[in-house]
Amino acid sequence: MRGDKAPETYSISLSVASGFEFVELVEAVTTTLARLTGFDEETAMWISMAVREAVINAIKHGNKEDRQKRVEIQYAFNHDGLSICVRDQGSGFDPSQVPNPLDPENLLKPTGRGIFYMKAFMDEVDFWSSPTGGTIVRLRKKIRSRNP
Amino acid sequence: MLHIAHRTFGDVHILDIEGRITIGEGTLHFREAVHRVLQQGGRNVLLNLAGVTHMDSSGIGELVSAYTAVGNRGGCLKLLQVPPRIREVLTITKLATVFEIFEDEAAAVESFR
Repeated sequence: MRGDKAPETYSISLSVASGFEFVELVEAVTTTLARLTGFDEETAMWISMAVREAVINAIKHGNKEDRQKRVEIQYAFNHDGLSICVRDQGSGFDPSQVPNPLDPENLLKPTGRGIFYMKAFMDEVDFWSSPTGGTIVRLRKKIRSRNP
Repeated sequence: MLHIAHRTFGDVHILDIEGRITIGEGTLHFREAVHRVLQQGGRNVLLNLAGVTHMDSSGIGELVSAYTAVGNRGGCLKLLQVPPRIREVLTITKLATVFEIFEDEAAAVESFR
């Protein structure tokens, strides 16, 4: 991000096998990029937690823990914020069918909070089915304020 | 990494937890520690979360499962010294209304009487 002629937006891509041992790697990369984007340490941590959830969902629900299938993570960041797309190679899903974990009947369920986590810590979370298969989750976080 | 130390104060089982309760080794280690307490006949369980740095949705799920498992055996699971980050997660998931949370260990232990 240094230099007068630096490009406006930077892009970085990661591709990992569907194993939970790679989640920590994605978290570390996300934290580093969030800090590079300009987020404070605490916000960077929450962004990383949200991306973790997206990657875990991709491994668990999208790729069904099939290690032959990949999870692609694409980062785009500039002075305005950070955008992360997480793509699996599964058969897709309808996020509207996910029960609300805040409903009283779901409060003590041990699962079903991943998407809620993402939405709680990011400004925007969108889901769509890729034309070439799989689900793409896009998470965006804007820089709230920056010194002039 | 997650480190859990088990101590007792009367019939109250206190688990001092440090590290990350996140999917994988963290949630597994946490689950095993709670089950060991239950297998030993423990029913009053106090989780000291002062040293917990991260808790993802799987960690929250394990916490809820532990609460239910202890309750199903006629016991009670309570929380001690919940760090701000974890308290925020409990608040947004509405679980802060489910768990009894204490700052003072003596008061927490006494609450089981």
